[in-house]
Amino acid sequence: MQDDKLIIAGKEYNSRLLVGTGKYKDMDETRDAIEASGAEIVTVAIRRTNIGQNPDEPNLLDVISPDKYTILPNTAGCYTAKDAVRTCQLARELLDGHDLVKLEVLGDQKTLYPNMVDTIEAAEILIKDGFKVMVYTSDDPIIAKRLEEMGCVAVMPLAGLIGSGLGICNPHNIRLIKESANVPILVDAGVGTASDAAIAMEIGCDAVLMNTAIAGAKKPVLMASAMKKAIEAGRESFLAGRMPKKAYASASSPIDGTFF
Amino acid sequence: MNIFLNGDPKEVVDTCTVMDLLTEMDIVGQRLAVEVNEEIVSKSQHTDYSFSEGDKVEIVHAIGGG
Repeated sequence: MQDDKLIIAGKEYNSRLLVGTGKYKDMDETRDAIEASGAEIVTVAIRRTNIGQNPDEPNLLDVISPDKYTILPNTAGCYTAKDAVRTCQLARELLDGHDLVKLEVLGDQKTLYPNMVDTIEAAEILIKDGFKVMVYTSDDPIIAKRLEEMGCVAVMPLAGLIGSGLGICNPHNIRLIKESANVPILVDAGVGTASDAAIAMEIGCDAVLMNTAIAGAKKPVLMASAMKKAIEAGRESFLAGRMPKKAYASASSPIDGTFF
Repeated sequence: MNIFLNGDPKEVVDTCTVMDLLTEMDIVGQRLAVEVNEEIVSKSQHTDYSFSEGDKVEIVHAIGGG
C-alpha cells in the first residue's frame, strides 16, 4: 500500500481523506480532528477579516499551517461564476500564489446543489488564469467528463447534499463517472458516517472530501479517526476486489471428513 | 476622505495607503488579501497604493470551511 498514492495536479499524497475546517467548536478541536484524520489536504473558506472582533482568536492558518498541510481554499457561498473567480483570486493572493482551489458555485440555498452552468463558466476562466481547479459537481457523468476535458485537475461529484449526511445516494452514477475518468474522482459532500466513506472508496473513488460528518459527530476527533480507517479499509477492499455475490449459500467448511 | 472597508464606511486621511490601514488595524504581517474596487492589491503594492474617495476595500482571510 506504500506505493498506492493519490496524485492531484502532479503532487503525491498518502492520505485519501480530505477534510474541511468548518463547524468545529474551537481551534483546538479543529486541529485535533484534522490531526486524527491523517488528512494532508485541508479546505478553508475566504471571508472578511473580523475588524475589531475577537482579536485574541487565533488565525486558522496559524493552527493549520500551510507548511504542514496543502491548503485548499473553497468558493463556498458563491452563487455566481464572478463571485467564485473573485474568491479564488483573493485566495491565491492570500496564500502567496498557491493556485490549487476547490471550485463550487451553488444554485439554491435549500439544497446547496451546484449550479453547473456557472461552475463551467468559472472553471473556464480559472483554468485560463492558471488555477488548478478541483471542481464540485452534480453526479451527472456527462458534465463530469466535460469538466475533465476542460482541464479540471480533479472532479468531485456530490454523494448527497452538503452537510446532509445522507450517504452515497446514487452509487451507480458515481461508478459511471469513475469508469470513464482520467483525473481523480473524489466524493465531495453527503458522507454521514464511516461506512459511507468506505462505500465511496469501494466503488473506486480516488478520495473523499468531508467536513460535517466529522465536525457534526458527537465526538469529532474519534470520528476523524474512524473516517481515516474507513477510507483505508475501503481502498484496500477496492484493490483486493470483492467476491461475487451469489443467490445461495456456499459452505465455508469442507464436506469431506465429516464424522456424523 | 471616506472609503468603504469590508462594507462599512470609514474615514481615512487623504494620503492613506493600504499599509497605513493595515497598521491602524494592527494586522500587518497576517495572512490576508486586499482588494480595492474588485481588483487585487498585491502584497508588494501595499506600501505604495493610496486610496481614493469612495474606494471599496475588502480585506479577507482564511476561516474554517468545508
